[in-house]
Amino acid sequence: MITAVELGLIYAIMALGVYLTFRILNFPDLTVDGSFTTGAGVAAISIINGMPPVMATILAFIAGMAAGAVTGLLHTKGKINGLLAGILTMIALYSINLRIMGKSNLPLLREETLITPLREAGMLGGIGAIAIFLLVALAVKVIMDWFLHTDIGLAMQATGDNEQMIRSFGVSTDNQKILGLSLSNGLVALCGAFIAQYQGFADIGMGIGLILAGLASVIIGQAIFGSRLIWIASLAVVLGSVLYRVVIQLALQAGLEPNDMKLVSAVLVVIALVLPQWKVFARVGGLGKMKKSLMGAKG
Amino acid sequence: MLDIKNVHKTFFAGTVNERVALQEINLSLTAGEFVTVIGSNGAGKSTILNITSGKLRPDTGTVSIDGKDVTRLVDHQRARYIGRVFQDPMAGTSPEMTIEENLAIAYERGKRRGLRPGVTRKKREFFKEELRSLELGLENRLKAKVGLLSGGQRQALSLLMATFSSPKILLLDEHTAALDPQRADLVSRLTAEVVDRHQLTTLMVTHNMEQALRLGTRLIMMHEGRIILDLDQEQKLKATVPDLLHEFEKIKGVVDDRTMLQ
Repeated sequence: MITAVELGLIYAIMALGVYLTFRILNFPDLTVDGSFTTGAGVAAISIINGMPPVMATILAFIAGMAAGAVTGLLHTKGKINGLLAGILTMIALYSINLRIMGKSNLPLLREETLITPLREAGMLGGIGAIAIFLLVALAVKVIMDWFLHTDIGLAMQATGDNEQMIRSFGVSTDNQKILGLSLSNGLVALCGAFIAQYQGFADIGMGIGLILAGLASVIIGQAIFGSRLIWIASLAVVLGSVLYRVVIQLALQAGLEPNDMKLVSAVLVVIALVLPQWKVFARVGGLGKMKKSLMGAKG
Repeated sequence: MLDIKNVHKTFFAGTVNERVALQEINLSLTAGEFVTVIGSNGAGKSTILNITSGKLRPDTGTVSIDGKDVTRLVDHQRARYIGRVFQDPMAGTSPEMTIEENLAIAYERGKRRGLRPGVTRKKREFFKEELRSLELGLENRLKAKVGLLSGGQRQALSLLMATFSSPKILLLDEHTAALDPQRADLVSRLTAEVVDRHQLTTLMVTHNMEQALRLGTRLIMMHEGRIILDLDQEQKLKATVPDLLHEFEKIKGVVDDRTMLQ
């Protein structure tokens, strides 16, 4: 269970990225599945080639930003539907990721990574590691809260809320979307880099279906903890990510196999979408609104 | 301040739905002039606003603001010169954001946005001061989400957001049409006050002839993409709603006859 909490806190960085596009920009971005692996692959190959792990992780973030920018350009300048733009980038990234990695699996077991000091200190699987991962997740959360309240951040919020309005105040909504998608996928790739180092390998298939984990974290977290203010909403995303991993862990303990988890994730998201349509659940705070935004973004 | 020269705009050119929206429009506003625009549906009133704001690009002709040719700039690039209030009270504000955040966005109109905090204590004081002028008590609800406000309140806020950074041009697109009469009167009154206070060069489209006569320093009437009547301040003061209706019928008759004779 402690492993689930650790994973939840690391994956929270990815979930915060998904929150940025999905809830702030109102853009369902499927690039995530590809950019996560890009981050993991870039970090892994860089570490294997002797780059310091911190540098490799930063490089992963930058690679993720580039992937997000491509989706943003396809959507805004190429006028391609948002969902399709994300799918196109995601699929193209599969080939690119293989090129980056050179083969479909890169083990990192003997390499010095960001996790090595923790492992050597025997902190993994204990309170110490959880505290450190929590600090990292909260740092990303706080930076995002701060960013969203700067002049650029307010413009980005408004871009997702009312494009006509924000354009009338001199903001290019195209640029805001490209920036938002870049930052979001940067975070997702950063998360991929952490996960690769945490689990000791990067794999070409590690990002598949990840968008559902991100969505599930955002939805579960905000349904339970609320989303009235930015700092509450982003905290809810972090907690939602932990909760999601705990649910997955429970499902595993109940006898399901790791390969069943994609189905579990999909079912979780479907439940979150469908339940609020039934009158009994419509009154449950937050759920109705959540559904509205979900359906709106996808419809 | 605003110069629209030889502007022509056709929608769906080359199709069966081809519709001429503006024909050889020449309109010039001096600084501080407040022009009301009336006319029937499809007369080109909204098109002239959209051409000015940059939402539409004219087929031919030029648009200049304060001597600068802006014809090739799109809407968000022109926004630094132009404040705009839309017909839909929901269109001019961001409902998921608070009143002070909306104002902070408007405050940075057309400036380069950076990583400074959007709402600061100093700005908040300024926002309170400005909101007080609306007399709606919004100065005590800075942290309320705008989506919670009524249509009238949102439109009053939109008006404030469009004007308090003193744009060179203010565009009002039937901004009281979607409000109940009482709220429409309020927003109408606020409009007169705010235009006067900032001495704004204003172009206001309205369906309401009485409003068109009461507000502003000049009135133009449009029909089928042309300006068919242009009253200066003196003529406007003397004019009445029946006069306008009469004028409108007269022109309409002529145009219809001409169409018949073709």
